[in-house]
Amino acid sequence: MIAPLDTLARRIQEAVPGARVEVVPNDSPAAQPSLLVDSAHALAIARFLRDEPSLRFDYASNVAGVDWLDSVTKTKTKVKKIVDGVEKEVEETVETKRPGYLEVVYHLYSMNLKHGPLIIRQRTGNRAELNRVASLISVWRGCEFQEREVYDLYGVVFDGHPDLRRILMWEGFKDHPMRKDYVQPDDFEYEPTPHDEVLGRAKEHYPK
Amino acid sequence: MDEGLRSELSKQGIFTTTLEDLYNWGRKNSIWPLQFGLACCAIEMIATTMARYDLARFGAEIFRPSPRQADLMIVAGTVTKKMAPQVVRLYNQMPEPKYVIAMGACAISGGPFKQGYNVLKGIDRYIPVDVHIPGCPPRPEALIHAFMTLQRQIDEQKLTGPDRPRHLVADAPSEFPVPQFGEHDLVPSKNPEVWQPPHSGRTE
Ligand code: SF4
Repeated sequence: MIAPLDTLARRIQEAVPGARVEVVPNDSPAAQPSLLVDSAHALAIARFLRDEPSLRFDYASNVAGVDWLDSVTKTKTKVKKIVDGVEKEVEETVETKRPGYLEVVYHLYSMNLKHGPLIIRQRTGNRAELNRVASLISVWRGCEFQEREVYDLYGVVFDGHPDLRRILMWEGFKDHPMRKDYVQPDDFEYEPTPHDEVLGRAKEHYPK
Repeated sequence: MDEGLRSELSKQGIFTTTLEDLYNWGRKNSIWPLQFGLACCAIEMIATTMARYDLARFGAEIFRPSPRQADLMIVAGTVTKKMAPQVVRLYNQMPEPKYVIAMGACAISGGPFKQGYNVLKGIDRYIPVDVHIPGCPPRPEALIHAFMTLQRQIDEQKLTGPDRPRHLVADAPSEFPVPQFGEHDLVPSKNPEVWQPPHSGRTE
């Protein structure tokens, strides 16, 4: 069994000095928390996770990308204020802005000790020019194609990847199709039963 | 030749035919498909050629690994935009007379992946298709049916006159432009000579 994630995070910080490791809680029904690691130390952390005898995460089953857009969360708080000399409770909304970023998620298992998954994440600085994270191929060879796919579909650049080319789309393709703000070529065609998003496009193309 | 006279003669042991019949009969009974598959539908195509369904009964047992020796292209599976130029190029390399069967929802329309970013919405955007088969995947019987449909089409062809087949018209194209990889999509995204977008059918 893997130790609770905060214990594991502490062990990582002891083993890799200077590493920033953060537990990302997950309040969805999956309830599967993960570790956010910083890209500067990701390779050393990965090596530690693989080589440490009590962890031995020797298998990275899956590498996925996530696109997080800029978001604004509004929280309402009740504040006491003095209005016209009378104390009243007033609702105030506080806006917290979170700039967008891209995320790469690795699912790790140990074939040897039969435990897992451990989920680690790397984040880019933003969604534009700060789009670099560390490639973990030198630790898990099987990440090669999957990191290429994340590069292709999300535009995350992996430092240290020996062969970072597009894999599903062609060289010369400019977009990253899995990004949430990807604009498809305008090639909608008639469908007899359009619905949801496709219904909107159907109305644009076939107004009658 | 009069049909009645012909059958009368055949009762007497005299076999008559026309050059057209002979030519079409020969073509329709030795259609050699090109040996390539693109996705799951290809598995069904392979099953069709095996002993249980036995496409060899229709003269198509020899799948040619070279487009130079093939008469029929069975587009069996999803045509991704990355693959589409190669499919068109293979078609261009086949000698006339040549035919195309678009097999399965993907090859005729993009199927489950229609409106996606990387799948062509049907191979008929770039090359002329003779028979479309729906299904995901179509059963081997459906492919055999498509094959028989194609044979019937060949059988009905007139060798002279205005509606003679393409390979007998000197200036009809036998090669079609290969799309190029563009920055956002294939360029052009369709060949308007071959295909026009469908109309919703609603008027007023
Ligand atoms: S039509 Fe269905 S079975 Fe055929 S290639 Fe497409 S997804 Fe696969």
